[in-house]
Parts: sequence; C-alpha cells; structure tokens
Amino acid sequence: MARESRTSPIRVLIAKPGLDGHDRGAKVVARALRDAGMEVIYAGLRQTPEDIVESALEEDVDLIGLSILSGAHMVLFPRVLALLKKRKAGRVPVFAGGIIPDEDARRLRRLGVKAIFGPGATLEEIVRTARSIARPRP
Amino acid sequence: MTAAPRMPAAARAVRAGDRRALARLISQVENRDRSAEPTLRALYPFAGHATIVGLTGPLGVGKSSLVNALLRHLRAQDHTVGVIGVDPSSPFSGGSVLGDRIRIDRDPADSGIFFRSMASRGHAGGLAASTREVTRLLDAFGMDVVLVETAGSGQVDVEVGRVASTNVVVLVPHLGDEVQSLKAGLFEIADIFCVNKADLPGADGAARYLSELAGLTPRSDAWRPKVVQASAVNGTGIEALWSAVEAHESYLKTSGQDRALLRERIRDEVLDLYRDRLLTEATDRLERSPELDALVTAVEERSLDPRSAAERLYRGRSAGRGG
Repeated sequence: MARESRTSPIRVLIAKPGLDGHDRGAKVVARALRDAGMEVIYAGLRQTPEDIVESALEEDVDLIGLSILSGAHMVLFPRVLALLKKRKAGRVPVFAGGIIPDEDARRLRRLGVKAIFGPGATLEEIVRTARSIARPRP
Repeated sequence: MTAAPRMPAAARAVRAGDRRALARLISQVENRDRSAEPTLRALYPFAGHATIVGLTGPLGVGKSSLVNALLRHLRAQDHTVGVIGVDPSSPFSGGSVLGDRIRIDRDPADSGIFFRSMASRGHAGGLAASTREVTRLLDAFGMDVVLVETAGSGQVDVEVGRVASTNVVVLVPHLGDEVQSLKAGLFEIADIFCVNKADLPGADGAARYLSELAGLTPRSDAWRPKVVQASAVNGTGIEALWSAVEAHESYLKTSGQDRALLRERIRDEVLDLYRDRLLTEATDRLERSPELDALVTAVEERSLDPRSAAERLYRGRSAGRGG
C-alpha cells in the first residue's frame, strides 16, 4: 500500500461545471483518487462556478478537479479561478480534464490551471499529478 | 460564562461568521491536530444552542434527498442550518468518495447554510470519530439546527444516537423482513421513523407496521416514537417530519429529559476522551518496549498463551507506574 508522507488524507473536490451531462470521466477519476487514498468530495453535475468555489471552501479541499466536455471551459474556468482569488483561496490548485484544445489549454495554464488532462491520459498520471500539486497541510 | 479575555484568533473568526476559519478548524479536528485545542476550548461555551438532528438508515433510502428537502423547509423558516454528511472510508486505501453534496440544491451565496462532508476514517458506527466535535463547532458558529446524516447504516450503526438530540430513522416501503431484522439496533434509537419514498406503493403498510413497533420498543423515557411518511422528491411530508422533530424537542424540554441526556452525554464524552488518552499513552509506551517483543516470541514458541502475555504486560505497567 502506498504510504504518503502527510498524515492527513488529501481532500479533493471533483465537479462538473456548467451544462454538460457527461460525468463518466469525472466518476472514473473520482474513483481512482479514492483508491489512491484521497477523500473525494463529489459534487456532480451542473455546478456553477459559485457552487464550486463555495463547496471547495466549506470542504476545505487541497485540490479542485473540474471535468468539462461542453466547450465552455474558456468561460467557466477563468470564472472559477477569479472567484477563488476573490475569496482569498487562490492557492487552492485547480486541475482540469476534458476536451480542451491545445491553444485553450495554454491559455488556461497561463491563467493558473495547474494541469490539464485530455483523452488518453492515464489514471496513474492523474493520480501522480494530483498528489504533487495538492496544497500541502501545515 | 463569558469569553476568555484572550480568545485565539481562529475562535474569534469563527464567532464572527468566518466560513473559511470554520472550514479550516473542522479539518484540524478531523486530523486530530492538537494545536486546535485552545480554539476548541474557547468555542465550547458558545455551543449548546443548536437542535441536533440525526438522520440515519440503510443505504439508498434517500437520506441525502431528505436532508435537501429539510434544508429548504428550514431556510424558508429562516433557521440557519449546518449539515454534516458522513460517508465511509475504504478500509483498504483509506480513501473515500463523499457524495452527499450531489443531492443538495442550494444557493451558494446563502450564508445560512454550512455543509460539510466527513469520511468515517476507520471509525465504526456510522459516524467519524470527530463528528461530535464538528457538530459542536457548527453549533458554536451559530447554526440553529445541525443535521447529521450518517453513512448508510446497518443494524448496529447507532452512534448518532449519542450525538443528536432527536434521531430520525429513515426507511422505505418494502424493507419487509429486513425491517424486522433491524429491530434490535437501529430501532432503539429512533425518536421518529420516517418512511421516505412514500409515493411508492406499500408506504401505508410500512408506516402501520412501524407504529405498532414504536409502541413495543422499550425506552428509558415516556416518548412514543412518531411515524411520518415523506417523499423527498415530491416535497411531501417534510413539514410533518419537522413538526415531529419539534414535538420531540419540546418533549425533551418539558420532561427535563434534555438535562438528563446532556449530563449523560458529557459523562460519556469525558470518559471517552480519558480512555482514548490512556489507550494511546499505554500502547505508545508498550510498542517501544523490548518486553513486548520477548512476550511475542514466547507466545510464538507456545511457551506462553496470549492472555497470560497480556496479563504480564498489564502487571508490568501497573508496577512501573510512578517510577
């Protein structure tokens, strides 16, 4: 069993922003993170950026993972990042999964999205990245 | 009691309504971070006002949907509400998927709600070890009502009965003989039975059966558990459910049961904490002792049995105390 150096489990919020009913990927990732020993708060479908940020704050998560397949990522992701900053939680890392063209991915990274996974990303890769970018606990 | 003159900053922040401070403090409690103790101490005097309602029942009976319906009802009456949703941790990976938020449909800007998911982290009984403390924090934060939704429960997951002042056991029609089998555990903590999914056929029968059972289950007080039918998806029966909770709460007050219950629980909690401390201390010391290794070897070679080995350890501990 993999042991983590931190004593408390990583808490991660997994949500699907906007109008997009395809949650299979999000569920598979949630499960993989669970199996890697993380506490996954699964918020599910049709979350507004406000929902996502409020959930992240109430749940005091170390990481936020957003899955999006609708194409609205250039609207929704910047909004989530801006809201996090506004609520003084800009240090909570955000990663993304879904169908995101390279050009957009570059822009999102510049805006502060820590990692972006497209089709073909392996679960091992996602788990490893999630572990390395999660906010450390004091 | 008045607040200590120098309250820790985190305690002041929580009292001032700072949601992030509350969220962080809850994490510290979950992680058994001892540096939070002064804050918890400072907040203790501010708790004791909230109505703590437990919702428990088998997997899939609609506890989360019921919580959502109750949230709406309570917010419409201007009650502030804290919610704790407990889900199990995997005994293998330690991880968990906490899904109680999925059913919650609320305005994220509504500061009259604070929802927190908790993983059981190896604790049995349907709650996490720190759920009681987190309930108290939501209380001290100023919530009027705290709803505690347990992990899907089996027969013996009755710990919420020691945390909440009113316990709702949620069931659905056609649990049939399973209902019978639940009698010994869950049924004994029910102040209210809620037959959820009452839009399904068989709800009347289940309610009738539970009413009979409610009269038969022995209790230490004079309250006769109420039976309510509800449908969380249609929103029916939610008012009746809350009225039943209020009726039980007022019974507790008028009968003086609330004081008795509180005293009993404080006693339990103090003893629990004392036991925890003793156990941790004793096992920590033992695990480092060469004596344990020697005894394990002796048992392994069958020159000693495990009970005698434990007895020797125990006697060694008593003898060594104070030295």
